[in-house]
Amino acid sequence: AYKRFSELLPKEERANACAARVPKSQILTLPELRANPFQHRICRVFSTSEHGDDSMSFEDFLDMLSVFSDSATSDIKSHYAFRIFDFDDDGTLDRRDLEKLVDCLTGHGEDSRLSNAEMEQLIRNILEESDIDKDGTINLSEFQHVVSRSPDF
Amino acid sequence: RDCQQADIKHLSGWKQWKRTSSKSLKKILGEVKELSSYLVLWRHDIHSIEGKFGTGIQSYFSFLRFLVLLNFIIFILMFSFVTLPSIISQYGIFNSSFVKIPPKNIAPHCTVYEPNGNKGLVYFYTYLKDLLSGTGFLEVTSLFYGYYTIDAAWISILRYNLPLAYLLATFAYLALSLLWIIKRSVEGFKQNLVHDEDQFQSYCNKVFAGWDFCITDLNAARLKHRSLLYELQTDLEEERLKRKIADRTMKEKLRIYSLRIFINIIVIAVLSGCFYSIYRATVFSQENSNVSMRTLGQIQLGLANLIVQYLPSIVITLANFVAPQIFSILIRFEDYSPAFEIRLTLMRCVFVRLANIGVLLFSLWSQISYCDTEECKACGYNYELYPCWESEVGQEMYKLMIFDFIIILAVTLFLDFPRKLLVTHCSCKPVQWCGLQEFGISDNVLEIIYGQTICWIGTFFSPLLPAIATVKYFIIFYIKKISLLHTRKPTARPIRASSSNFFFLLVLLIGLVLAFIPLGISIAHIPSSKACGPFRSFNTSWAVVPDTILEFPTGLQQVLYGVASEAFAVPFFMVICLIMFYFIALAGAHKRVVEQLREQLVLVSIDPLF
Repeated sequence: AYKRFSELLPKEERANACAARVPKSQILTLPELRANPFQHRICRVFSTSEHGDDSMSFEDFLDMLSVFSDSATSDIKSHYAFRIFDFDDDGTLDRRDLEKLVDCLTGHGEDSRLSNAEMEQLIRNILEESDIDKDGTINLSEFQHVVSRSPDF
Repeated sequence: RDCQQADIKHLSGWKQWKRTSSKSLKKILGEVKELSSYLVLWRHDIHSIEGKFGTGIQSYFSFLRFLVLLNFIIFILMFSFVTLPSIISQYGIFNSSFVKIPPKNIAPHCTVYEPNGNKGLVYFYTYLKDLLSGTGFLEVTSLFYGYYTIDAAWISILRYNLPLAYLLATFAYLALSLLWIIKRSVEGFKQNLVHDEDQFQSYCNKVFAGWDFCITDLNAARLKHRSLLYELQTDLEEERLKRKIADRTMKEKLRIYSLRIFINIIVIAVLSGCFYSIYRATVFSQENSNVSMRTLGQIQLGLANLIVQYLPSIVITLANFVAPQIFSILIRFEDYSPAFEIRLTLMRCVFVRLANIGVLLFSLWSQISYCDTEECKACGYNYELYPCWESEVGQEMYKLMIFDFIIILAVTLFLDFPRKLLVTHCSCKPVQWCGLQEFGISDNVLEIIYGQTICWIGTFFSPLLPAIATVKYFIIFYIKKISLLHTRKPTARPIRASSSNFFFLLVLLIGLVLAFIPLGISIAHIPSSKACGPFRSFNTSWAVVPDTILEFPTGLQQVLYGVASEAFAVPFFMVICLIMFYFIALAGAHKRVVEQLREQLVLVSIDPLF
């Protein structure tokens, strides 16, 4: 893992890789992230940078790898997935978050989005299935409950 | 990391050592696990397929790998318990010898068996013909049942009861397959049970867990986007359709139900047509191949003979190809929801494929047990045409397997690659509209399950058949992989990996259970041939077991009789029913508790003081 991280850094900083931070543009060149529609959210969630520029240090990189590995427990994965899906960072998944999530999943082109009626129907179904306390949003425990019963997660 | 380093200063020496040793142990275990995963067959290939085409197609290739391993283990089992002792005792290695007890109380005309071993000067094409149809020089090798004509083998001082070993090895490989399949499907079943409740949760599942994070290719990502869009749209469409169905009037319902009954009658007619043609083809092939099998003729006669021998296989393959097409056309008129359509078509195809094998075997048996003369009744089977009927059945299974393999090769070479060439180089409209073929997962899976069922049935009659099956599936893996990478476009409709795995194993289990029936009838009902094989001195193949039990001490005999009697079986059955009933009741109670808890949660959020 250290090797992959140091490859991302420009040559001068490689000797001091433990302390350096890799800018976001470099991270997005990783093959696993390149094709991922949630790339920006992933960088935002795992980055601990104070400047808000979504750069990642080696520890952030390790955090990301450990959460995505096979040996991470379902709790940890669902916790981080919730944070990734929460586009406006308000701690709950409301209608706008769900809309953006579905758009990311279906692709960003003009012809690959669901129509408004379909989107309405879909979001209504999702909330019906997962919103237990019927407050119109999905909080962390509801999300974890839904995910624990999903076999493909 | 800083926390860890701070902790280290506080801990004593003993705790520090414990911590470092547990860390290095974990590291060693991790490395061992990684090394052992390198030993898994085709790990890298399957991983790359998963990355490019998704988990649905990857589950097909893992299934293929599982079958290769299963066949290999079955081959090792049969080889070490049946073939190896025969070969050792026949060649006198390790000071061993064999015993051939002359059969008593059997009319002499039943015991005449002279296989044409092709001694002397023969044409080269005869060897080819024999290789393809299992006759001639292959018939007298250890490939077929007829070779194992010894009653016991003496290896040093141990007496090795070959007939008993043969029968027990057969039961062992069937039991092994059953247990291994059940073990693999238990995980899938648990998830499927949860998944069924999941009907109320399918949208969340698709949206939250829909993206496959293993995809690394941009093209694959685009396709995944499109497939997710398609899946969501189909689900929403299906929901609208369900609402429409619920609003149907009485008159419409009547019309649709009568249409469905009519179409089912057509389906049954198609099936009966297939079965009848297979029956006629088998009868024709058996009657005509026996006449000219023993004579060497010109090449045309040889080729015609080969086609006649392969006629049942050809007809079965045609039926397996035509019937699914007819079913997929018919089901459009039946107006079911799309998911149910797919499932029903699949069930019908499975039934066609497995029932075809059954009809073939049934027609073979009706030929073998056809008896009209007194001498024939004395033997119990048609001794003139089939002095060694088990070898004949083994040869049919061998031909089926070889033909299946040839067809898969031929379809890939002569259909897929030319189609790809045509689509890439010719840009006229109709060709482009046809386009490349998709990788139909269910068709391919049914193909290999069909081959595996043949292997299971055939192994009793031809102990080295699993080795051929292993090699066949090994080669098919590479053929399918190359065909997939170069000539296929990915499916527009994705199939979820978790439910696919369970479905494949379920159909495989159906194939295995269906294989029990012909084997059971052969072993217990049809008299074994008196001219060849290890069961010459017994009435049926099963008769070995009671004979062996009679040699046990009387105490053990009493116990075994007790276990097999009704006094034991009926209470045992009732206890099992009670246990099952208890578990069902428990599951129902759990479901009700879950509902109640859910309602409580809703109440809690509405009224915090509750």
